[in-house]
Amino acid sequence: MMYGYEWDTSSALAFALSILPILGIGLLVTLQAAAVGYAIALVLGLVLALLRRSRYKAISWTVACFTEFVRDTPLLVQLFFLYYVLPDFGIVLPAFMTGALALGLQYSAYTSEVYRGGINAIQRGQWEAATALNLTRLQTYRDIVVPQMIPRIVPALGNYLVSMLKETPVLSVVTVLDMLALANMIGERTFDYLVPLSMVGLIFLPMVLICSALIHLVERALPKSGIPLR
Amino acid sequence: MTSIIRFQNVTKRFGALTVLDNFNFDVRQGEKVTLIGPSGSGKSTVLRILMTLEPFQEGQLELAGIGYHESHGRGDFKASDRHLHKIRSNVGMVFQSFNLFPHMTVLRNIVEAPVAVLKMKREEAESRAVELLRMVGLLDKKDQYPSQLSGGQQQRVAIARALAMRPRVLLFDEPTSALDPQLVGEVLGVIRNLAQEHDLTMLLVTHEMRFAREVSDRVCFFDKGRIVEQGEPDRFFTNPEQPRTREFLSSVLNG
Repeated sequence: MMYGYEWDTSSALAFALSILPILGIGLLVTLQAAAVGYAIALVLGLVLALLRRSRYKAISWTVACFTEFVRDTPLLVQLFFLYYVLPDFGIVLPAFMTGALALGLQYSAYTSEVYRGGINAIQRGQWEAATALNLTRLQTYRDIVVPQMIPRIVPALGNYLVSMLKETPVLSVVTVLDMLALANMIGERTFDYLVPLSMVGLIFLPMVLICSALIHLVERALPKSGIPLR
Repeated sequence: MTSIIRFQNVTKRFGALTVLDNFNFDVRQGEKVTLIGPSGSGKSTVLRILMTLEPFQEGQLELAGIGYHESHGRGDFKASDRHLHKIRSNVGMVFQSFNLFPHMTVLRNIVEAPVAVLKMKREEAESRAVELLRMVGLLDKKDQYPSQLSGGQQQRVAIARALAMRPRVLLFDEPTSALDPQLVGEVLGVIRNLAQEHDLTMLLVTHEMRFAREVSDRVCFFDKGRIVEQGEPDRFFTNPEQPRTREFLSSVLNG
């Protein structure tokens, strides 16, 4: 029994169905972790990309080193680091927040490269026209660069969402009770790992497919020339 | 006679390449000046420096009494963002490749800067934009996007967009070079009308020699980063003094 749900091991199917509500609770955690992590990745990635374009070398270099470091070290190592080392510095976060933060940090390094590519792809003439019209840097980003950049970066950002969603099970190693962690616990107690682990895979499959399809829809709905401003 | 633009011993380098070398050039208010010359001769660079798209390394430049370099200015431009902002408020530019904002309607392209920069009320900016579109003959296109327009129409919108900022100096950087031949006329027509504006100072880089002769008060021939010869257009085109000018003119007029 877990979360008040009894499992029925009389047959594989009955077992699978009986643990579905339990896995559902884990799924919620998985989705929340992905949502929080992705939100961090989207915002922090943009901040990193903009800082990297700073005219102050000290800032752009620091940011470049940081993103490169985060990108080139394994997520699991970062996760352990945040979970076990941060408390030594007096920063104690709940397991879920640590996990979401680790996902967000790692993926912000990826998304910052996407943003950077998107910004670099804006034609020079667009920047020059903005300068000639005396727009400030902020106005140029807000009205000219970002609206034109979005359609170009949605596919890449969407891929990272899918990829992050699939990576959320690593959070189970730092005691986050996501789907995988719960499936494992069910396995430990029933000595049947096949059914719960298969169920986790089966739940992920349509979720990722739906997510990809949604991204594809968004991608097709966006005008190639940019988010229209009237 | 007061100069609105004054280059004094301006030197501009791209790395090891010196594009302008001790360059001197004055333009008076309301003057229409055409810059001609072979590519790489520095004529576009003059416009791009004026528009603060390119910094220069030495010498002094003033536009409407404002010096480009600040005494304690930092960075490539030796000026603060605020100072550059002030300089740009007097000057506008029309580009060879139009550079309209593709995600904005024609109207929004024109309204954008007056609202964002001049803090004009949107309704006021729109009614002025409508006037400008009427002037360039494209009022019926106001709700279309740039990709729905021909090159000539896009360039006319770009001219309207530049004018919406009420510049005292308007720079044209080869405004018809990217156009199909049959579309050149409509853009030149708009520029010709603008040239009637008494107070507007115009600098035009072009390869349209006949047009240059017709609209400008002065023609300057550039070669290797300096003005080799300049003068009133009729004299300049009928009786050029410098051999290099003659050579260039015969190559473009007969070529």
